[in-house]
Amino acid sequence: MLVQFFFELRRAGIPVSLTEFLMLLAALKARVAQVSALDFYYLARACLVKDERHYDRFDRVFAEVFHGAERLFAQLMAAVPQEWLRALGTRLFSEEEKQRVEALGGWEKLLETLRARLREQQERHQGGNKWIGTGGTSPFGSAGYNPEGVRVGGEARAGQRRAVKVWERREFQNLDDSVELGTRNLKLALRKLRKFAREGAAEELDLEGTIDATARNAGLLDLKLVPERHNAVKVLLFLDVGGSMDEHVRVCEELFSAARSEFKHLEHFYFHNFIYEHLWKDNARRFAQVTATERVLRTYGHDYRVILVGDASMSPYEITQPGGSIEHWNKEPGAVWLERLCATFPRLVWLNPESTQRWDYTPSVRITRELVRERMFPLTIAGLDEAIRELKRPLGGVAHIYGSAAATPVTQEHPPQVP
Amino acid sequence: MTQRFTGTEQYIATDELMMAVNAAIILARPLLIKGEPGTGKTQLAQEIARALGRPLYEWHIKSTSKAQQGLYEYDAVSRLRDSQLGEERVHDIRNYIIKGRLWEAFESETQPVLLIDEIDKADIEFPNDLLRELDRMEFYVYETRELIQARHRPIIVITSNNEKELPDAFLRRCFFHYIRFPDEATMRAIVGVHFPDLKKELLSEALTAFFDVRATPGLKKKPSTSELLDWIKLLVAEDIPPEALRSTDAKKTIPVLHGALLKNEQDVHLFEQLVFMHRRAR
Repeated sequence: MLVQFFFELRRAGIPVSLTEFLMLLAALKARVAQVSALDFYYLARACLVKDERHYDRFDRVFAEVFHGAERLFAQLMAAVPQEWLRALGTRLFSEEEKQRVEALGGWEKLLETLRARLREQQERHQGGNKWIGTGGTSPFGSAGYNPEGVRVGGEARAGQRRAVKVWERREFQNLDDSVELGTRNLKLALRKLRKFAREGAAEELDLEGTIDATARNAGLLDLKLVPERHNAVKVLLFLDVGGSMDEHVRVCEELFSAARSEFKHLEHFYFHNFIYEHLWKDNARRFAQVTATERVLRTYGHDYRVILVGDASMSPYEITQPGGSIEHWNKEPGAVWLERLCATFPRLVWLNPESTQRWDYTPSVRITRELVRERMFPLTIAGLDEAIRELKRPLGGVAHIYGSAAATPVTQEHPPQVP
Repeated sequence: MTQRFTGTEQYIATDELMMAVNAAIILARPLLIKGEPGTGKTQLAQEIARALGRPLYEWHIKSTSKAQQGLYEYDAVSRLRDSQLGEERVHDIRNYIIKGRLWEAFESETQPVLLIDEIDKADIEFPNDLLRELDRMEFYVYETRELIQARHRPIIVITSNNEKELPDAFLRRCFFHYIRFPDEATMRAIVGVHFPDLKKELLSEALTAFFDVRATPGLKKKPSTSELLDWIKLLVAEDIPPEALRSTDAKKTIPVLHGALLKNEQDVHLFEQLVFMHRRAR
């Protein structure tokens, strides 16, 4: 069963290895966990999961695999002598509650109901009461079998309230990396972009190296130089504002604020719906101060990485037709401008905050994906991860930069063509 | 029989946390702790050491920390100086080997607790450089050609704030636990151990106010347990009556001494606005 559990975890995409599995077995052998399902759950989680993003997935697999196993604990419970329950009840119940119990038909009846309920649960394989989970060897632990619990049982002849097990609560759902996107996770993913590279000529005195070398040299001065360390990643950020993007503005701003602290060279520009001949840097003065897109193309080098953020949801005409822009008359269609952008900056990705399911239904998204050669990624941590991997991919060569679509070396579908 | 950790009178540990700690103690594997800032990650190691009566070695990691520093450092500069002054001790290289925290822990008479705090601050290669040391609990000193082995495998607690991803090979060797933000009942217990004679009323008012603040959408930095404790300390010191926290119709828009909870002027501003709007809506 454990081996099956192990493979189910791997199938669910949790990176568990044999080392960790053996660690769990060793822990079980050393009796770290006592005989309760909850203890086992905690132990297995501490051994096998190394990232809170996987907690939720783990919970789901655990619930699936150990669904039936809990019956064993339930059977233990069914054998509980009646006197225990009664003694417990007298100890925990207030006078008032006792009176209410009498009103319900007395202890015998209440206990009858309770036992019936127990049996019922066993048959339905639910075993879902909390006391089964937390109880273990001591079924009357404080967590479950408190007066409240009994009272629920007594009154709940109408509807059964089923307590949810810890692993069924899905409390870690928002830590899963395919859903949430907060500043913290974003930063984590963006850090991948940061590449501390020592580039260029030796220019900085390596004080420690010099001292070390001198000392080893028995006191004869031996100068050591190292290249200056700097963050080599340069980024151009293009953000879509207004229109259909309004609901995504918050996410975008988070991405933006995260990106800001990451790079030494970071330039950002705003656009509306699609890239045309003008961009602007300050959203408040977007009509007063515009920058010509052509100038952007000229100013920044090919080594800049470009990240476009936009939902690419619009009328297809806005991309393909001259004059398609909803704000002004554009001489050349947006598609041409995006092509130019792709040609100038070989490392480019488009991040789309819309969920991937909707991409196929929006024609403009399809067109844009073709234009950026399938380098569109969803704005989730997983998507960002992929996007950044794409940005980090080595280029085929400088010669390809101005090449046609087929020769552009940055897509998976069109690998660099080496003559 | 190995001792089990069950929390201390000052530290409330949840069942899941205790399980992770005990598993790490029994199997003598490092325990990696993550969680929101202020949920008591660093304190955990101190409390384990106290509960089990073990010596504690703390190694705080900075962005410039190197794995080697935890093992030992060779002070070549003083040796050079000594050689030029013609000191006697220059002949023995051992005089210039400075022991790091890990070495000290390895030499401890009883099984120690070693805290490696905020491992994610260091360079990305840092954890990888410690793999063998944490696995085998031994390392080699090249200068003196000796192998240092741990007398007792230390209980190692490693904390991380998630600023960097840790390498898989490193994670494989650890137990992992993510400290969640405590729910209200746990929070009550935590406050209870820190302020045993706090007035009941004040406590429940303070907790309500606190969870209200935490639930405010869009806060840049949510207040955490340690901030709540600071705040209550202030409330007690200033002798604030519980009614003051419940000031729904008073002119005050924001809990007294909120500076302990909100650490960012944008957050304070946001909170004030929300409270204001909320009041007006009533």
